[in-house]
Amino acid sequence: MSSPTVGVLALQGAFARHIEAIAACGVRTAEIRQPKHLDGIDALVIPGGESTTISKLLDSLELREPVGKLLADGMPVFGTCAGMILLASDVSDGRPDQSSFAAIDIGVRRNGYGRQLDSFEADIPVDGLDGDPFRAVFIRAPVVERIGDGVDVLASVRPAGADHDTPVLCRSGNALVSSFHPELTDDNRLHQLFLDRI
Amino acid sequence: MDGNKIGLRLTYSKEATSTLAAMAEPSMAGTTPDHVTGTVRVKRGLAEMLKGGVIMDVVTPEQAKIAEDAGAVAVMALERVPADIRKDGGVSRMSDPDMIDGIKEVTTIPVMAKARIGHFVEAQILQALGVDYIDESEVLTPADETHHIDKFAFDVPFVCGATNLGEALRRISEGACMIRSKGEAGTGDVVQAVRHLRSIIGDIKKIGQSDEAELFEWAKQLRAPLPLVQEIAETGKLPVPMFCAGGLATPADAALAMQLGAESVFVGSGIFKSSNPAPRAKAIVEATTNFRDADILAKVSRGLGEPMTGINMDEVNTRFEDRGW
Repeated sequence: MSSPTVGVLALQGAFARHIEAIAACGVRTAEIRQPKHLDGIDALVIPGGESTTISKLLDSLELREPVGKLLADGMPVFGTCAGMILLASDVSDGRPDQSSFAAIDIGVRRNGYGRQLDSFEADIPVDGLDGDPFRAVFIRAPVVERIGDGVDVLASVRPAGADHDTPVLCRSGNALVSSFHPELTDDNRLHQLFLDRI
Repeated sequence: MDGNKIGLRLTYSKEATSTLAAMAEPSMAGTTPDHVTGTVRVKRGLAEMLKGGVIMDVVTPEQAKIAEDAGAVAVMALERVPADIRKDGGVSRMSDPDMIDGIKEVTTIPVMAKARIGHFVEAQILQALGVDYIDESEVLTPADETHHIDKFAFDVPFVCGATNLGEALRRISEGACMIRSKGEAGTGDVVQAVRHLRSIIGDIKKIGQSDEAELFEWAKQLRAPLPLVQEIAETGKLPVPMFCAGGLATPADAALAMQLGAESVFVGSGIFKSSNPAPRAKAIVEATTNFRDADILAKVSRGLGEPMTGINMDEVNTRFEDRGW
């Protein structure tokens, strides 16, 4: 696409940092706060924040249905942390009234890496990224507990005290999701990876 | 440039607390070698996640549930809301650990708690309880008339209040990962919050127009570290998120703070001292997201019942804002 516009869901959370990262890649952005803001966007980013809050605002601002339709129609979407939760097909430890778009067939556990004191950063190698490993920042992050058919795992991490790796960056169809926050570092390679497929 | 300084300080504090960390994580085997907790980026990162949201004061698990149901991004667990602290007088301290645990049990969103200014042992206890953020708060009775807590010594992030830019930068230089303009808690009067926000943001704008030589004078006048002043001149903003607190009682108050440049709002007494807390809390959440859309603000401002009665700033005897140095 010649000159795409990436909508960034700006209901709550780290949306401004995503906008900075995408702008640094030379791509136009639009803040999405109401259904009318969805007009003319070619891709969507769902940022980190509180997934319960964002989920409620999706309903009260009548965004859930139009966003769901765009995703079902194949719009490219990048979800980080809370965004991953909102795109997953099933969520544990969420709230009963919390619902997700099921845009990628994974199961996640909310705050699965623990509370803020367990939040961490680590260098992770990412499939498809050349050069140095990616510095991944995990904030009260969701754990991916189940990977469906056709979902590619692009990166994993070994949590403190665990005896196996957990997936932290997954892709399937039009959806790219991460447990961590690429927008909190100055490394825009993951945003570029997403933008390359629009 | 200052990032490096803070990084150095962080390295030092990580070494100082490494024994503690080792005790908490007896087996680090199998961990990604550079897997680190409590870094400046991780601590400031949570504040980034709270942006565009509402942090609500709650005194019971029931209130915490109402807050989370309404869409709060975090709750502040305390024994009395500021309006009652003001009314009751006496010494106000950190909350009972059982009370904080009770709130942690019923919520899935971050839980914050307050420590007295300079009371680093209260902060140690709150960190041991596993709270997600500590508010070194002027709403409680200060424990130290000269020193604030060395916040770099903790893995849990801190938020501190500020009435002006100098105070904000001193708190950041001590390790605060979020600043909230103080306002005057427990009054329901937004005037001090506006004054403090305008003061902080006004000085940030002026620094942006200053030349290198003037930055030295700014640092002197603000009693703030020069590297932080230089960083503001370069970036045009505080190095940490800036939220607004103290006296907000209506959706319009929240939107006012956001339009003035706050990145999130704290609402204390304003919700649970109003006649109908649940719809008011929800309305304030929606106003904070669409803070520039007057049609939505008008819609959410309807039918909320009585706001907290409040007290006019002229009738306030104890000014919490004067606490902090």
